[in-house]
Amino acid sequence: MSEYLVLIYDNETVMESAGEAAFNKMMTGHATFGEKNGAALRGGNALQPTMSATSLRRDAAGELHVSDGPFVETKEALGGYYVIEATDLDEAITIAGQIPSIDGGVEIRPIRVFD
Amino acid sequence: MGSGDVEAAVADAYRTQWAYVLAATIRVTGDIDEGEECVQDAFSRALTTWATTGIPANCGAWLTTVARRRAIDLLRRRTTHERLIPMFIESDQNSTLPDGDAPLIADDRLRLIFTCCHPSLSFETQVALTLRLLCGLTTSEVARAFLVGEATMAARITRAKKKITTSHIPYRVPTAEDLPSRVDAVLSVIHLVFTTGHTAPSGADLMRRDLVDRALELARMLRTLLPDEAGVAGLLALILLTDARQRTRTSGDGALLLLSEQDRGQWDRGAIDEGVVLVREALNRRPAGRFALMAAIAALHAQAPTWEATDWQEIVGLYDLLVVVWPSPVVALNRAAAIGFADGPQRGLDALDDIALDPVLTGYNYLASARADFLRRLGRHDEAVAAYREALMLCDNDVERAFLQSRLDELDT
Repeated sequence: MSEYLVLIYDNETVMESAGEAAFNKMMTGHATFGEKNGAALRGGNALQPTMSATSLRRDAAGELHVSDGPFVETKEALGGYYVIEATDLDEAITIAGQIPSIDGGVEIRPIRVFD
Repeated sequence: MGSGDVEAAVADAYRTQWAYVLAATIRVTGDIDEGEECVQDAFSRALTTWATTGIPANCGAWLTTVARRRAIDLLRRRTTHERLIPMFIESDQNSTLPDGDAPLIADDRLRLIFTCCHPSLSFETQVALTLRLLCGLTTSEVARAFLVGEATMAARITRAKKKITTSHIPYRVPTAEDLPSRVDAVLSVIHLVFTTGHTAPSGADLMRRDLVDRALELARMLRTLLPDEAGVAGLLALILLTDARQRTRTSGDGALLLLSEQDRGQWDRGAIDEGVVLVREALNRRPAGRFALMAAIAALHAQAPTWEATDWQEIVGLYDLLVVVWPSPVVALNRAAAIGFADGPQRGLDALDDIALDPVLTGYNYLASARADFLRRLGRHDEAVAAYREALMLCDNDVERAFLQSRLDELDT
């Protein structure tokens, strides 16, 4: 078995204007997903929108700089994640493929295990 | 035993048994690189051993036994901890190490094919891995086939192997539910190897015979492994029927010969007969897939006694079905060309005009050369000359360029 981090990317502008019905539908979708795949789920959370993000970087002199906004600005923003356990990538794809999304998709990243 | 005989036998086994031996060995090592090393080792042992013991009756089995025995030795040398994290997950194998001397029943090549053509790998990587692992091409041979530098190709293959390991891309035949789309990915890879070989994108020769042969071997391998898949039958038929004309595609001095100019008596009747049987089988499945339809078109050409007797209406009908299952501008272009032969050059030109603005076809030399041919047949001399010049500018294959130039010369005189 391996663990995978499933990152959920969605278009925040589309999400905001999608309305309550669409939002509720997505939340129901997540609840259904959780019930169906409970055995494989190791964790997960929804995130506040990227306008609440704070990024930290060190400059060449080693000084810490705090700035407003996400680390990378993209059309589709990281909106939530799951940690799942699967036998292999095919199973991870089957599970992650059921995650609801309004106008985006998910990225599967194997979690690195250090020997 | 002459050393020449042994070398020939090893070379032959390398060509025909490489994938079989490697696929069985990877099942033991759980790692592609280690599997490749063990198989290389087995082939070099064959060179020395066969010279004294003679060439075994079943070279593949001999090589597999030696490679797997070596793999088991390597496994035993690994620490217990390492043995607990095999890189490939085996879902349907018992936990004991396989005995290197045990008779081989399962054919693991199918697992290897689906790993190489996994959708999480880019298409170009799928093609590279298939040539490397299933055809046994060296990295530099794969690089040459796709006109990229050896270092670039080596990096691409290394990255792909690493992704297979770290993402746990399974070494397994997909579930029945996933099988159709996964088989289609494999067919796309083999088809690209074939088309790249059939008309080399650039260079002095029209064909890359080695790539055509590899595509044919891969399609035959897949046919053996998945005898019930209509798409596989369709692709094998397409390759056989298209390649049946290979001897007549150029004249003695290497000039391009059009379908209308080829000596049909020279076409490979054995390949055509085999292809036609496969087309019938592939078309029995509804809806017919893209390879079955392309093969059916190739079959109509192959069976027409003369160019004039070609059933163009039937070919247009097949293209009508093909654009539905495969809505590609290149298919639409071929359909337009067929219309030009079925209903005359003006109708063909009209069909070309409908698709000419598609961005995919911008810079595609066959669009310009099809236009040029219709204009020439309509007697629109100046426009034809301009279109031939455009096609020449976009074409990189020397044999095709020579043909376009000769048409241009005819118009200029």
